[in-house]
Amino acid sequence: MGLFGGLSEKLNHVFSKITSRGKLTDLEIRQAMREIRVALLEADVSFPVVKDFIARVSEEASGEKILNSLTPGQQVVKIVNDELVRLMGGTAAKLEVSPKPPTVIMMCGLQGAGKTTMCGKLAYLLKKQGKKPLLAACDVYRPAAINQLKVVGKNVNTEVYERGTQNPVKTAVEAVAEAKSKGYDTVIIDTAGRLHINDELMTELQNIKKELSPSEILLTVDSMTGQDAVTVATAFNERLDITGVILTKLDGDTRGGAALSIRAVTGKPIKFCGVGEKPTDIEPFYPDRMASRILGMGDVLTLIEKAESAVSEQEMKALEKKMRENSFTLDDFLTQFENLGKMGNIADLLAMVPGASKLKISADDIDEKRISRFKAIIKSMTMQERERPEIIKSSRRKRIAAGSGTTIQDVNQLLKQFEQTKDMMKAMNGKGRKAGMFGRFR
Amino acid sequence: MGLFSKIKEGLKKTKEALAYKLNKVFTGGVLNDDFYDELEYALITSDMGAQAADELMESLRAVIDEKHIRDTESVKTELKRLMTEMLEAFEKPEYEYPLIITVTGVNGVGKTTAIGKLAKKFRSEGKDVLIAAADTFRAAAADQLTVWAERAGVRIVKHAEGADPGAVVYDAIMSFKARGNDVLLIDTAGRLHNKKNLMDELGKISRIVEREAPDAMKLNYIVLDATTGQNAVSQVEVFDEAIDIDGIILTKLDGTAKGGVVLAIASELQVPVVYVGVGEGIDDLEDFSAEDFVEGIVG
Repeated sequence: MGLFGGLSEKLNHVFSKITSRGKLTDLEIRQAMREIRVALLEADVSFPVVKDFIARVSEEASGEKILNSLTPGQQVVKIVNDELVRLMGGTAAKLEVSPKPPTVIMMCGLQGAGKTTMCGKLAYLLKKQGKKPLLAACDVYRPAAINQLKVVGKNVNTEVYERGTQNPVKTAVEAVAEAKSKGYDTVIIDTAGRLHINDELMTELQNIKKELSPSEILLTVDSMTGQDAVTVATAFNERLDITGVILTKLDGDTRGGAALSIRAVTGKPIKFCGVGEKPTDIEPFYPDRMASRILGMGDVLTLIEKAESAVSEQEMKALEKKMRENSFTLDDFLTQFENLGKMGNIADLLAMVPGASKLKISADDIDEKRISRFKAIIKSMTMQERERPEIIKSSRRKRIAAGSGTTIQDVNQLLKQFEQTKDMMKAMNGKGRKAGMFGRFR
Repeated sequence: MGLFSKIKEGLKKTKEALAYKLNKVFTGGVLNDDFYDELEYALITSDMGAQAADELMESLRAVIDEKHIRDTESVKTELKRLMTEMLEAFEKPEYEYPLIITVTGVNGVGKTTAIGKLAKKFRSEGKDVLIAAADTFRAAAADQLTVWAERAGVRIVKHAEGADPGAVVYDAIMSFKARGNDVLLIDTAGRLHNKKNLMDELGKISRIVEREAPDAMKLNYIVLDATTGQNAVSQVEVFDEAIDIDGIILTKLDGTAKGGVVLAIASELQVPVVYVGVGEGIDDLEDFSAEDFVEGIVG
């Protein structure tokens, strides 16, 4: 399906002739691997990691499974996808708890990775689990970092321990003592962002570790990080032997290849993801979702399943024919709206469409109310009107608006949108089916 | 400080890492497949992106053929020339005063710090600078900016957290005009570029600036984190759509990240890099020099 674009489409193209010949050539495998390589690199997976990965996958892809498959392109995507999921490990959204409270969680990472915000989210999560966390402000370098943590703490009703700009190691030790005496069971230590090559500051982290033996040392990484992710993660891991990784800013449109790189070079689990700016915007890490994302496929499998269960193949074929012959009517338009409804919430669907953010469609643009209004309008039309919308002149418009409880403007808007859709289909017939079915709701 | 001053210092690590790889490439002597593979490796690990690197390699091969280049040292020179040309293909803005610069970017790239450094830079050129703290969203952003304003010795206009950024900008422009200042720097909230509402807010700020200060020169800069990979391309793309982006401030070049993605941005979007951030001190902001940048990477 052209809708999904990305790697899947490219691979299908590479393998397009295969079914007629029934045999994979080395050239095709090489071309396929090249496409996968570019896809991974454009997703910011580190170059050496890509190399290893390709070597592994190409071995598997030359196997029999591909040969016998009717859709070798999809089969290869599946192999790649499975391998990615496997490499990124299982879901590990659990925080170690110290047998002797308080449990100490230490955050670390580069500047701007989102440590302070993530501290608030962890506090929120712990509180929800019935824990009593304390936040410790140990970023004494960035102006107003302590204030930021205080605001974050207030938002999640969590106390913040701070001693101004005194030595952060001392503050951390005191915070743990404070937790012991006041009955907090977890201390989350917010440290300053630092460069992995800043020896002095890395030593400071090692000192905090030595003093407190944290149960968790979590490296916070911006999911938009490029090739440097490997260098950074390796450096932090070597100095601190981190216990896990938190991936932040996954609410953007980044493909997040850094996740794979970091996992590959450190072997440490990715525990959580930050997916927004609110304290509640924290999620467990799902390797399967991440794999699709890295491959630029969105959550395509789920979407295909949903589309298949909502639209029968026959309906699909009939629709295609109509599009080709340009005999698409308002009645078909209604069917499409209804199919969309069957697939579930549109905002959720959109989140699964790869590149939807690239197309600049956001859930805000797709107004479900508007769609139900459109459905009502079409249902208030006679069959004749649905077949030949050009006969809908002003008195008919008035009647339709009244019948559907909408305004004449709404009716006009629908008719205009219908015309645009038809134009788009005409254009697509010329250029092949490129645009997605979501295009018309913008 | 030598010819390349801080940018070079900032890029030293980068250079060491990359120059090692490249030297392995360049001292080999023979132009064979391995040579090209290694070259591509070097480009890609600088975050240039697979596609942009492929294109650059193609141009390089064409030049090599055309000029009948046989030795690796000349290839290196040609590569540097091509990269510099990519980065210098379009003009940097010439400043006229009064000048209003709106600084945008996604979360955590170092916008506030960049504004502090910019303020200092204009200040030391003898300009009167005013800062507008229009990031009313992130906790304590205005506090952070106030510290920078103090360090730079410039005035700041701020409202309470959660206030309307448009109102902050409006007040700042009124004060800016009343005092006859030279430069107004507007800090905005970090936003992930796929958040439509926040992008709309940016459009609103831009409209207020346009309406209230029609005669001032207005520039929009995006701050990019050198650590960012290919997503930086889409960041510039989307911000450019919301408000025209006139230039890039590339921060955090003092780490090991190469910032090679600006090459991809240059070839796709024609947005120039104006400044680079090379450290945490208030003076660690340099004018961007394509030659130094490429020199720092290729060595």
